[in-house]
Amino acid sequence: MRTILPMMQDAVTIAVTGAPERPESTGSDRLRPIARNVFPFVVVGLIWEIVAWAGVFPHRLFPPLEEVALTFVRLTISGVLLHHTVETVLRLLSGFALAAVFGVTIGVLMGRSRRAEDILLPLVSIFAPIPGLAYAPLFLLWFGLGNVSAILLVGFVSSFAIIFNSWTGVKAVKEIWVRSAQSMGADDRRLFSHVILPGALPYILTGLRLGLAQAWRILVAVEMLAAVPWGLGWLIFGARKFLNTDVMLAGIVVIAIIGLALEKLVFQKIENYTVVRWGMITS
Amino acid sequence: MTDNKQRNRSLIRGALSLAATAALYETVARSGFFPAVLLPTIPTVAQTLFATIADGSMIEHAAFTLYRVLFGFALAIVVGLPLGILMARFQRVESFFLPLISALMPIPSFALVPLFMLWFGIGNLTTILIVFYAATFPMVFNTWSGVRSVNPLWLRAAGAMGADENSLFWKVIIPGASPFIITGMRQAFLRSWIAVVGAEMIAASDWGLGWVIFDAKEFLNADIMLAALIVIGGIGFAFERLVFGSIERATVQRWGMSRVAKG
Repeated sequence: MRTILPMMQDAVTIAVTGAPERPESTGSDRLRPIARNVFPFVVVGLIWEIVAWAGVFPHRLFPPLEEVALTFVRLTISGVLLHHTVETVLRLLSGFALAAVFGVTIGVLMGRSRRAEDILLPLVSIFAPIPGLAYAPLFLLWFGLGNVSAILLVGFVSSFAIIFNSWTGVKAVKEIWVRSAQSMGADDRRLFSHVILPGALPYILTGLRLGLAQAWRILVAVEMLAAVPWGLGWLIFGARKFLNTDVMLAGIVVIAIIGLALEKLVFQKIENYTVVRWGMITS
Repeated sequence: MTDNKQRNRSLIRGALSLAATAALYETVARSGFFPAVLLPTIPTVAQTLFATIADGSMIEHAAFTLYRVLFGFALAIVVGLPLGILMARFQRVESFFLPLISALMPIPSFALVPLFMLWFGIGNLTTILIVFYAATFPMVFNTWSGVRSVNPLWLRAAGAMGADENSLFWKVIIPGASPFIITGMRQAFLRSWIAVVGAEMIAASDWGLGWVIFDAKEFLNADIMLAALIVIGGIGFAFERLVFGSIERATVQRWGMSRVAKG
């Protein structure tokens, strides 16, 4: 799919604009993509600097970039930022692990057994469409302020995407694979581990990916509400009281980096090692 | 025949499962094992729901939330749709905005709430901007990939039949990209609905369903909380099924393009 796309896009640009854009291969060929990626950030950074120095907004609320960078370095050196980040990532991982275990189990069960599907599907479809954060006060009320509520909520909210996708994945396994495995004498256990699980894996991985993205989004908000002593969400929220906009922006940068790293490093790697290598999707 | 029977059995099982869950909840709530304020019985919740709807307060909260969502969502469409189209059609626009969007996209909208509170104060503006932020990215991304994936054969065919730029755009590219655009709107609305509840909780203004839930926590009014939760779920469900479902039926499905959207 991804290999076809550039070609198709080329065809579109040719057809639409009538001018094929073919970069000449020169010595600076390798530097050009980097420069092209950096250029927009330079422009935005410059605009930010101009606005910050022009004094349109109060200095405290709109600090220039070098101040944010300085704060970032200061917080990193003192270890405060690292502590916040570690707590947040631990919370994310434990909540997500809960969701992954329960979500995949429930989803696969629903896909395999008609009875489980009939019983669980109505419940899942009632609770899933409610925005996750709406449950937060309820969880805080039931489980108190702090880590337990935060982790449970993250797990609860992110499990829905995992359940739905595992369920769809198991149902999407080709009937003919199951039957041919059975006719070749596979028992239930081997059928499950050799046919159904690999067959459903692309869907399950998509579900895990969506679930992790959701967990990440909800966690930042939960940390603001649940009054946990450490965590990036809390760092940002707490900084508001002291008008520390620079601390806030530094925290947001870390959040963006973690979000990007989760997507690029964790999931693309897992996908390459499993489903792509098995030839189930082409990268 | 057997299919029908199977469906009936599924329906009965589903209803039984819901009834059993409700009964279980009711027994736990009535057993007094947990304080009644924390775990109100179902009749209490229903009563609260009807009472707040009858005196108009729940409707007013819902109206405020809807106003914020729809305003932010409309802004996201006004900005996201043209941006996505421009990005797909002009290499220069794409290479400028794509890195920025990829850098901003992984930031959860809630992370920006405290910052926006400082900049824009507490109230409608902050919430609307958060909704706008949350909804813009799915809109841009889907429009962009939709326009890019318009079958090049159609473009050439239309070009060969003498379509000019203008009609090529309106008659071929926009309809061709519409399944993606509608998917983008759907995702964008889902995101906005999530974002508005969170933004209302954190940037506590005086009205809105998110604020009701959060405020009820302070007074241990679990019944109001659950009632607001039901309203939030109901509205979200209604929009998803009724509004976007019917838009899809009126456009993409009538044009026979829903297979494109899936594949």
